[in-house]
Amino acid sequence: MKYLDEYRSEEIADKIVAEIHRTVTRPWVLMEVCGGQTHSIVKYGIDRLLPKEVELVHGPGCPVCVTSLEMIDKAHAIAQRPDVIFCSFGDMLRVPGSDGDLLVLKSRGADIRIVYSPIDCLKIARANPDKKVVFFAIGFETTAPSNAMSVWQAKKQGVQNFSVLVSHVLVPPSIASILQSPQNRVQGFLGPGHVCTVMGYREYEPLAERFRVPIVITGFEPIDILQGTLMTLRQLEAGTHTVENQYPRVVNREGNKVAQDLVNNVFEVCDRKWRGVGSIPKSGYKLRYEFREHDAERIFDVREIDTQEPANCISGLVLRGVKKPHDCACFGKQCTPENPLGATMVSAEGACAAYYAYGRHLELNPQDLRQPAEAA
Amino acid sequence: MSSEATGDAGLLGAVCPIPITNYSEIVLAHGSGGKLSHQLMEKMVLPQFRNELLEPLHDGAIFSIGGQRVAFSTDSYVVNPIFFPGGDIGKLAVHGTVNDLAMCGARPLYLSVGFILEEGTPMEEFWRVVQSMREAADAAGVLLVTGDTKVVDRGKADKIFINTSGIGVIPEGINISPGRAHIGDKIIMSGAMAVHGIAIMSVREGLEFESEVASDTAPLNGLVETILATGEDIHVLRDPTRGGITSALTEIAQAARVGMLLNEATIPISEDVKGACEILGLDPLYVANEGKLLAIVPPASVERVLAGMRAHPLGLEAAIIGEVVTEHPGFVTMNTRVGGRRVVDMLSGEQLPRIC
Repeated sequence: MKYLDEYRSEEIADKIVAEIHRTVTRPWVLMEVCGGQTHSIVKYGIDRLLPKEVELVHGPGCPVCVTSLEMIDKAHAIAQRPDVIFCSFGDMLRVPGSDGDLLVLKSRGADIRIVYSPIDCLKIARANPDKKVVFFAIGFETTAPSNAMSVWQAKKQGVQNFSVLVSHVLVPPSIASILQSPQNRVQGFLGPGHVCTVMGYREYEPLAERFRVPIVITGFEPIDILQGTLMTLRQLEAGTHTVENQYPRVVNREGNKVAQDLVNNVFEVCDRKWRGVGSIPKSGYKLRYEFREHDAERIFDVREIDTQEPANCISGLVLRGVKKPHDCACFGKQCTPENPLGATMVSAEGACAAYYAYGRHLELNPQDLRQPAEAA
Repeated sequence: MSSEATGDAGLLGAVCPIPITNYSEIVLAHGSGGKLSHQLMEKMVLPQFRNELLEPLHDGAIFSIGGQRVAFSTDSYVVNPIFFPGGDIGKLAVHGTVNDLAMCGARPLYLSVGFILEEGTPMEEFWRVVQSMREAADAAGVLLVTGDTKVVDRGKADKIFINTSGIGVIPEGINISPGRAHIGDKIIMSGAMAVHGIAIMSVREGLEFESEVASDTAPLNGLVETILATGEDIHVLRDPTRGGITSALTEIAQAARVGMLLNEATIPISEDVKGACEILGLDPLYVANEGKLLAIVPPASVERVLAGMRAHPLGLEAAIIGEVVTEHPGFVTMNTRVGGRRVVDMLSGEQLPRIC
């Protein structure tokens, strides 16, 4: 398939891997920010192609994982109402709240639907005028424009029975929070390619400067990730710390102005609770006052729900790159995708779930799966 | 969430053994062909009926009647929508049971059918389904010999549900079963994967996308006859339906206590299906097929079997996709396109579309 196979070519991968081996002289810890990147790394076994000096730790960039337990409980309270059609991205359905997940609520009769785009919810709302249609608007800056568009369209078209439960999160404050932590081990970042498609990468420059870390905005295919890794390692070996763009076929410095304007029209920055991490100042979006008629938290009055996280899980440490999934005694034993104990196991893009899906809980000796170097 | 550590040892007949999964109700994932389906069967059903014919949890049971070896199989069809590109629920119901019998090495002969119809279903739609079943039965060379019809209140079913059961005879000298997968055997896939699942998804409500993909639903007994006619010793046949290639191969690996190593680059897939999977965020290894089979054969037989398959219209794209290995018994691994390696594990439930 054109524009895809090129980025999964073994021949090109071999060349970059060889270059990485030539470049690295000492141990480095890199973090890929996005859940999509984590998924790709584990799916293609990319970390196993790297020299042992290079450790990839997995970042907070899985929006499903970091959605707070409190917000999930609010979603469940709304979804259970007989007058509601609750719409969500697919992978939110399996995320456990304090009492089961949305799939369980569905089996008990709640009207819960998977949508690919929030715009589809407007269609559902118009087709069901006697119901209240609620969309669970989660995600990073990537999904913010389409989520904002659904609200903007609803207001413009007067679709009164549509509202959104907003739990948006932002990448730069989470990177700052990781770097400020005394436990931090991360020395360089593979930056979030799709977030920067929307936002550009200007706002990462002060981070690179302030914390003296290289940040390479990186795509999601195996070749992208290998190339982003190489660019970050080159900076680390050379002692530089700038923002570079590995993903220019999609990303530029300014981002998508139209999308940004729409987001700014509909949302404003707020403090946000992250599952497994806690509250991070100015790390999320909420609806602006002008759009309060489409604010599900207000309409269904769930603002008082306040759930505390259970303390038996290290997902907060995994999300900040301090620990890896297999460092946890529960991983693959008490904690599985069927029975997730915490944030990073609940979505396919969570680091623990990705490790599990690609069988790393089954591996007694992961070295067995490292392929022997090709005989020259 | 509390995980009640019940442990298998403490399970008594009267105690519901399922809480391990944390679900106190049936959820859709219990019917997905993945881990939850297996748990449901192994913890709830198998212990009640345990016998050596049921034990393998194979697509069909194999036994002898009056000296003749017979395969017996059943399957229910609840596909939504009932008409989809390339087929309909009627065709699927005939092909599914015909194929389950064929995977036992049997020549399918007779089918039964049970209809569960929802009040209000247009007569014209039922007529189209019945016509389609007749065409499918004729094409597969099977007779529909007995049946039953029930109608339920509107809303208690979704238009038409169909159950078919079937029996077939197994020719002398044929011994096909999952337990026979042997170290060194090659794994052959008869054609491009994930076609049926993507065709269904392209027309599912709320998911419609433009696609030329039509279901691959087809009777595989002809292709199986061609394979058996090579005279080679075929160890295992399996049609990777629900749960895709992954579930089918993992089940075989567990039954035979062997490992399997796939080669991602050689697994046939069409550009259309690949594109749809990329857009939907689905892994084609878990997506259903309805007209494809996996054949596990000794290395010495591979060339002849492959040549035989490629001479049949349903096996034109047949390819070797992997082999049976000593390492990691019970599990399937795969060399990825970029030269990494990973485990390919069964999903717990349905594949859910990802957010980004």
